[in-house]
Parts: sequence; C-alpha cells; structure tokens
Amino acid sequence: MEISSREAWTVIHGLLAGTLFLLAFAGGLAGLWSLRPGFLAPTAIKERMRRLYIGVWVMAAAAWITVISGTWIVYPWYRASLAGDDYSGCAGLALPNAASCSPRDFLKSNVSGQTATWHEFGMEWKEHIGWAAPILATAVAFLVTYYGPRLIPRTWLRVVTIVMFVGAFAAAVVGGAFGAFLNKVAPIV
Amino acid sequence: MASEDKLEKDYEMAPEIAELGLEERPDGPGAAAMLAAGIGLFALGLFTVLSEASAGLHDWLESWDFDKGVGPLAGKTTVAVIVWAVSWIALAIGLRGKDVDLKKWFWVALILGVIGALGTFPPIFLSFAAE
Repeated sequence: MEISSREAWTVIHGLLAGTLFLLAFAGGLAGLWSLRPGFLAPTAIKERMRRLYIGVWVMAAAAWITVISGTWIVYPWYRASLAGDDYSGCAGLALPNAASCSPRDFLKSNVSGQTATWHEFGMEWKEHIGWAAPILATAVAFLVTYYGPRLIPRTWLRVVTIVMFVGAFAAAVVGGAFGAFLNKVAPIV
Repeated sequence: MASEDKLEKDYEMAPEIAELGLEERPDGPGAAAMLAAGIGLFALGLFTVLSEASAGLHDWLESWDFDKGVGPLAGKTTVAVIVWAVSWIALAIGLRGKDVDLKKWFWVALILGVIGALGTFPPIFLSFAAE
C-alpha cells in the first residue's frame, strides 16, 4: 500500500481539513439553532457556549488550512503547464501524469471526452469561491465569541450569524464537490 | 439604543441569561466584523474580474505567487485577504465602544458579499476577459 506525497497533500487538503470543516459546521449549526429563548437552562447555556466557541473557531481554522494548502500546495501541481500549447503531451492518455500532462492540461486537451468545462467552470469557480469560506467562518467565529449568550434573545442577530455560517458552508461545498469530481476525472498524481 | 438598554431588553426576552452576569457590549465591533467580511468578499470578486479585464493587473496579481506556480490566483486571494484584514482592523478601531444600527451594516455587507461572490462565478468574470 503506497501513497505519493502529492496524493497525501490532496488528502490533507480535501479529506482531512475539508471533512473537519464540514463536521464543525454540522455541530456549529445545531448549536446556533438551539440558542433560542427559554430553550436552555443557565448551566446548559454555559456548557453549550463553550462547545460552540470551540466549534466555530475549529471551523474557521479548518477553512484556512483547506484554502491555503489547496492554493499554495495542491493547485500548482494541478495547473502546471507540461503538455505544450497543443497539449501533445496528453495525447493517448487516459489520466494525467506528473511528467507530461498536468490535470489542467488533461482536462483542457479533451483527450478523454469533453472535459475542458471541468476546468473552465468547475476549477475556476472552486479556486475562487473557496476563499469566501474562511473569511465568513472567521467573521462568524468572532460574532459568536463576541456576543455569546446575548445571541439567545437577539433572534435577528442569531439568524444573520446563521446566514453567514451557511454562506461559509455553501462556498466550501462548491469547493469540496468540484474538488471531489475533479480528482475523479483528472487526479493529481 | 444604548448598550445597557439592550442588555435590559435581552434579559426581558431571555430571563435565563440574567444569571450569567453578562457585561454590556456595544454593536460597533460586530458591525466591523460583518462589513469587513463583505468588503473581503467584494475584493475577492473584484480582483477576479479585473484579472480577466486587464492584462497589466493580471501580471501584477501573478507576481504575488513568488514562483510557486499559483499564477494570478495568488494575488487575487492574498490581496483580498489583506483588504479584509486591514478593513476589519480599521473598522474595529473606528467603531470601538460605539453603538450602531447593526441591521444597516449587515445589509451593506450582504450586498457587497453577494456582488463579490458573483464576481467569482466563471460565466460572469470570464465575460470580462480581454480580447
């Protein structure tokens, strides 16, 4: 059983940090949702808030780790220009390789079906919108920490915080879903 | 509404938090966090569009990749994060200890954020590509 360094980084970027983000989101959303007047006793509020503070900051940290590792470590392997302007380095290949055909070359060459749109829409969207996730997640973490139990009586503020929280999640879903599809169609090896 | 009035209203709405001994908190720092997030997303979308529209800006954004092979994405994301962080710091200092209408600040942030997110959508930013 073997895993290359590139595959390991892809796993760290998408599977470990990305999954941590999604798990923290599920817990955070449940925690925020339950901060309703008359729903929790004071001791339960203290305990719930401690978990929520940890959850939202873990989510923000996971989002930063995901986008930084994705952009600065994994993405250069994806976008390397190896195949030449005519993508001749990809001719006859069924999958990209590290020597003559990067994943981007492979997708744009259309040597294995109509794959260029995976890059032009999927990767282009993912690489940009993904950065909205840590910005929004950090803002949410700050709001939750700053207002704390005051979110319970302030329904509007709690809803706004949830909207931002879901926005961070949506951006991560675009990144994660296209990342999974792209790694299936044109894996980084 | 002053912070102390808000806290009294909070206690009326949710008496269970009265036992927690909460201190008063003005809304300025909350507004700063919201608006800075909106500004950060707007910057991300703006740089994504401008990178397509201007070859000069594209090259400048690409110069942020420090030979790592990231291309202009390095500049778009790094500069957007700097804009977000600097605007948050500036707003946090400007609004420290102040009470503001949080709803107004949120709506401005939401509009900026939505415009920014649209700017990262490929059919939109690619339509600005220079010929």
